Amino acid sequence: MGMNRWWALLLAAGWLVGCAAAPDAAAPTATPGSERLIVMTHDSFSVSEAVIAEFERMTGAQVEILPAGDTGSALNKAILSKDAPLADVFFGVDNTFMSRALAAGIFAPYDSPAAAALPADVRLDATGRLHPVDVGYVMINYDREALRAAGLTPPTTLEELTEPRWRGQLIVQNPATSSPGLAFLLTTIAHFGEDGWREYWRALRANDVLVTDGWEDAYYTQFSGSSGAGPRPLVVSYGSSPAAEVYFSEGALSEPPTANLDVPAFRQIEFVGILAGTPRRALAERFVDYMLGPTFQADIPLQMWVWPAAPDAPLPDVFAAFAERPTQVVELPPERIEAERERWIDEWTTLVLR
Amino acid sequence: MKPVGVAQTGRLARALPYVFVVACGLAPLLAVLRASWRGTALVDGWPHLVAVLGFSLWQAVLSTALALAAGLPLAWLLTHVRFPGRRVLRALALLPFVMPTVVTAAGFVALLGPRGPLAGLWHAFGGTWPPFIPSLAAVLLAHVFYNYGVVVQLVGGAWHALGSRPAEAAALLGAAPWRVFVRVTLPLLWPAIASAALLVFIYTFGSFGVIIFLGGARMATLEVEIWRQTAQLLRLDVAATLALMQLGVTTLATSAYTRLTARTVRLAPPTMAPAPPPRRRRAWLAVAAGWLLVLGFSLPLLAVVLRSFAPLQRGATGLSLAAWQLLGENPRGSYFFVPPAQAIGNSLLITILASTLALTLGVLAAYSLRGAARRGWREAVLMLPLGVSAVTLGLGFVLIFGPLGRLRDPWLIPAAHALLAFPLVLRSLAPALRSLDPRLREAALLLGATPWHTVWRVELPLLRGPLIAAGALAAAVSLGDYGAALLLGQPDFPTIPLVIGRLLGQPGAANYGQALALASILLALTAICALLIDRGER
Repeated sequence: MGMNRWWALLLAAGWLVGCAAAPDAAAPTATPGSERLIVMTHDSFSVSEAVIAEFERMTGAQVEILPAGDTGSALNKAILSKDAPLADVFFGVDNTFMSRALAAGIFAPYDSPAAAALPADVRLDATGRLHPVDVGYVMINYDREALRAAGLTPPTTLEELTEPRWRGQLIVQNPATSSPGLAFLLTTIAHFGEDGWREYWRALRANDVLVTDGWEDAYYTQFSGSSGAGPRPLVVSYGSSPAAEVYFSEGALSEPPTANLDVPAFRQIEFVGILAGTPRRALAERFVDYMLGPTFQADIPLQMWVWPAAPDAPLPDVFAAFAERPTQVVELPPERIEAERERWIDEWTTLVLR
Repeated sequence: MKPVGVAQTGRLARALPYVFVVACGLAPLLAVLRASWRGTALVDGWPHLVAVLGFSLWQAVLSTALALAAGLPLAWLLTHVRFPGRRVLRALALLPFVMPTVVTAAGFVALLGPRGPLAGLWHAFGGTWPPFIPSLAAVLLAHVFYNYGVVVQLVGGAWHALGSRPAEAAALLGAAPWRVFVRVTLPLLWPAIASAALLVFIYTFGSFGVIIFLGGARMATLEVEIWRQTAQLLRLDVAATLALMQLGVTTLATSAYTRLTARTVRLAPPTMAPAPPPRRRRAWLAVAAGWLLVLGFSLPLLAVVLRSFAPLQRGATGLSLAAWQLLGENPRGSYFFVPPAQAIGNSLLITILASTLALTLGVLAAYSLRGAARRGWREAVLMLPLGVSAVTLGLGFVLIFGPLGRLRDPWLIPAAHALLAFPLVLRSLAPALRSLDPRLREAALLLGATPWHTVWRVELPLLRGPLIAAGALAAAVSLGDYGAALLLGQPDFPTIPLVIGRLLGQPGAANYGQALALASILLALTAICALLIDRGER
C-alpha cells in the first residue's frame, strides 16, 4: 500500500529531526545527583543563558525555569498549588498583585542582605517576603512620523487626550486581561482621583478610544508606530519600547520611530520571593540574592526591557540613550489596589465596554 | 485466542477513549471547581452573562452557515472534478487551520487594514475605508477562513468514499440533477455534513483568539469571558461555572446532532475505489470559482509570508532576508532562545505522536459508537474535549499534575494535542463507519475471519479516505496549537507557535519579522504534511 510507505517515511523523518533536536532539550536533566532549583515565573520572563550558567557553576545546582502564563495566571497557579508547591522560587509578582500574593501566604520571609542594599522606595513589602528585582513604567508611546505628518504636537497632559484632535487615535488595553491595561487604569485613578477617573474615561470613550485585550494586538495590530503598521498613532505600552524598537531593528534604525508622551505614568515593580515549604531553602535564598546582585541586575534591561532595581547597575547604551523614565510617576498603595481592583475593573468595564 | 478473550480485549480497547477523555477533559474542570468553589459564583451579572451566551450562540450559528456555504461547493469540486492543481488546492484549504491568531490578524491588517491594497483601491474611488479590525465582519470572515478547510476535509472524505455510482444510478433512472442531489446525494452525505457543521459550531462557539484579536474588547464569547474572569480578577469559581455552561451547550449540540443523524442511510455494498466522474465542459467554470475562493482565503497567508521579507528599516521598500537570517542567531544570549531547526523538530515530533494517538483513539471510539445503545450520551462524552474551556483546563492540569510532580512530563503536550484532535478524527470516521454496510462485516466473519482481522483487512481499508482526511486535520491541529502548550507551562520542547508567541511579546522590527518568518515555516510544514497525506490517498 502506497499510504503505508508515506506514513513510514513521514514517521522516520520526524524521528530523525526529533532526535537531532532532542539532546539539547534533554540536557538540563542530564546530570544526576545535583540539586535542582525550580523557578516559577510568567511568560515574559527572560534572562541570559550565561547568567543562569554562572549561578549553576557557583552552586553546583541546576536551575529549571517554569513559565506558567501571564502574571495573573502564574500567580494563580502558585496560589492554587500552595499545599504542594510546584517550585522553590517565584518571580514576577508586581505591585498590582503584591497584596494578593502576600495575603495568600505562599511566600516565606527571608532577610536578604542583598535586598537591604536596595533603595527604600522600591522595597514595598515590610514583612520581608517579596524582594524588588526590577522597575518598569507603563507609558503612552506615539508614532513620531505619523504625528509629524499630521502636523500634530504630542499631547503633554492626559486631559488633552479627550480633545477632538485626538479622536480615534489612542489604543489602550483591557484592564481585566492585560497588565499594562490595568496599570494605565491605575494611572488615571491615581491622577484624577476616585471622583475624577470615571468622568475621564467617559470622555475617552466619547473620543473613540480603542480597547484591545492584550498588549500584542494593541502594539502590533493597531499601533502605526510598530512593524505591524496599524491605523492608530498612540498606544499604551512601556517606557522602554522606543529603545527596544532601536535595538531590535538590528542596526537599521539609529533613533526610535516612537517616543513616550510626557504624561503621568505608572511604576510597576516586580518582586521575587521564596515559596513557603520549599525543601531547598538555602539554595532558594542564594538564588534570590543572585537575582538582586550585580550579575543578574545588569542582565535585566536587554532581556526584559525594564530597569534594574539596583540603581548602580550599569545600563546598556541603547537603554541609556532611548529608554526614558517618566518625569511624572504615579503610584497607589498595593493594599488599596488589592482592595479595590475588582470594583475598579467592573466599573471600568461598564463605563467603557458595555 | 479464544473468542471470549477477543471480545473482552475489544471491549477494553473501546473503553479507552472514554477513560482518556474523562481523565484529561473533565477531571481538570472538576479540580478547578473543587479548589475554588465559594458558593457565591454568579450571584450578580446574570444579564451580562446571558448576553455573552447569546452572542456566542448566534455568531457560532452564523459562522457555521458561512463555513458550510464556502466549504461544501469546494468539497464537491475537489471530489468530482479532476483538474490540474487539485491536490494543491486541497492542501491550501487546510493551511489557515494552523495559523496562530495573532499572525492571522497581521495578515488581515496587511490586506484589509487602512494601509492595505483594498483600502487604497477604495480611497481611489473616493470612499472612506471603515476600520475593519475590530469588527464582527472580521470575526466572521476569520471563522470562515479557519473552518472552511475542515468542512472540505470532512465532507470531501465522505463524498469521495461515496463515489459517483448512487448519483449515476439515479440519473440513469431519469432524475434531474437537482433531484439527484436533494433525494440521493444529500441524504447519503447528511451525516458527514452534520458532523462537520457540529464541529465548526463547537469551534466557533468557544472561539477565543479570533474574538480577542479581531473582535476587540467589547466582544465576548463564553471562553473569552472565562479568560477575563480568570486573568486579573481571579474569579475562578465564576470561570468554572461559565465553563460548565459552555460544556452544557456543547453537550446539547452533540445530542441534537445524534438525533438528527439517527436515521442514517446505508450504502449499498461500497464501491472499492470510486473514480471521480469524467470531466464536464462547464466544470471549468467551477474550477475557476474554486481557485478564486481558495486563493482569496490564501491572501492573508501570502501577506504574512511577504511581510516576513520586509526590510527591518521602517518605511523602506523592497525585499530583505534580514528577519530570516536572524532566526538562527541569539545576540542577547537569551536562555529562552530556540534555534529554528529545533522548533521545527519539536513541532514535527509532537505532531506525529499526537496524530498517531488521536487516530488510534478515534478508530476505537468510532467502533464503540457503532450500533451502541445510547449513542447520544457516548458522543457527548467523546466531544467533551472541544467543549471544555481551555483556560480552565490549563489550570486544572496544574492542579492535578502539579502535586504529582508530573507537570513537565514530555508526553503531556502530545497527549493534550491528541485530546484536541481526537474529536476531529471521530467526526471524520464515525459517520463513515456507520455508513459501511454491516453485511460486509458479517460476510467476512462468516468466512472465518477474526473480528480483528475483519477490522484490519476489510473495514479500515474501506475507510481510507476518511482516515487520511482525519490524519491531515489531526496533524494540522497539533502543528498550529498555541494554547495547550502555553497553558501547560512552556514545555521543554518548544514548538513553532510558542516561539512565535514569545517573539511577539516584545516590541521591535526584528521580533515581528522573525515571528512572521516562523509563521511562514509553519505554513510550509503544514502544506508539506497535507500534500504527503494527500499523495498517500492515491
